[in-house]
Amino acid sequence: MEKYLKTLKKYRLFIFNLSALGILTIFKPEIGIKSASLSVFQLTQMLLIIPPIFILLGLLDVWVPRETMVKYMGENSGIMGIFLAFIIGSFAAGPLYGAFPVAAVFMKKGVKFTNLMIFIGAWSTTKVPMLMFEMTYMGMKFALTRLAIDIPGIILIAFLLNRLLSKKEIEKVYLQAENLDTL
Amino acid sequence: MDIQTYLFYILAFIAFFISFLKDKKKTKAALKKAWKSFENLLPQLLAVVLLISVLLTVVNTDVISQLIGKNSGWIGVILSGLVGAITLIPPFVAFPTAAMLLDAGAGFMQIGAFISSLTMVGIVTIPMEMNFFGKKLTLLRNMLAFIFSFFVAFIISLVVAS
Repeated sequence: MEKYLKTLKKYRLFIFNLSALGILTIFKPEIGIKSASLSVFQLTQMLLIIPPIFILLGLLDVWVPRETMVKYMGENSGIMGIFLAFIIGSFAAGPLYGAFPVAAVFMKKGVKFTNLMIFIGAWSTTKVPMLMFEMTYMGMKFALTRLAIDIPGIILIAFLLNRLLSKKEIEKVYLQAENLDTL
Repeated sequence: MDIQTYLFYILAFIAFFISFLKDKKKTKAALKKAWKSFENLLPQLLAVVLLISVLLTVVNTDVISQLIGKNSGWIGVILSGLVGAITLIPPFVAFPTAAMLLDAGAGFMQIGAFISSLTMVGIVTIPMEMNFFGKKLTLLRNMLAFIFSFFVAFIISLVVAS
């Protein structure tokens, strides 16, 4: 029973929208039917595109050892650290707010501030599964152009943030992370 | 299906095959994870697709191209950037939405701003981000990312729209 309630809660917005569409169809059949067929078309498209991307995502998650990589992202990590921050961020799954708890763990493990910000940037924009989706929907040109600007942009923002905050302020952020309960 | 989709199927199949040969347990765990991420995405996906479909049916193409079309200029870009910064749509839903909007008359530059600010800026999640990064870092990060979105939009308009 509880399990069903949980599922119901997860789908509450969908159920609400579906009922709204139903009511709309009663009063404005033309608009309702047109919307419904557009939805069905979009969903079947997505269901064709999604499976390989999610399988790749799962495989990456299992085979890429996050723990060992974090070790090489510390204070003197140089270009290797930047590279790893990009890789870890790009192969992650989930929305941006899912990155914050991971970032807290990184801070506890002594990951350098700029690498931390690059990781956040990569998580938000250069994610591989997202890129695959983007290529399919927006075309190669759009996706690759965005990627080409985003990589230097993310690094630039990371270094800018490092400049705009004083050493003390950054230390404070790290200290705050120490006291957070994560994972 | 287009070429990219076929390519991803081939890639996924090869990766799955190699992984399976190397370690059956890990491969099973990977599939489980894949299914779980899909299951987590599904409710939002269904809800947003319905909403956008109704919206696109009701709001006609003229209105969309007037608001965020090619000729809406920077006002359209700022508008789409703001919408992207405020809304919390997962990228997997955002790209189909963006493609639908493009079909309905939106401009590439405007959609570029929408996608960029959507992925990098999260106004709704700022309180949550502050818990982890503090006030100053959170606000600065979101501001810089927001400004950067317009730069990305501009370059995209130069490269893609031409």
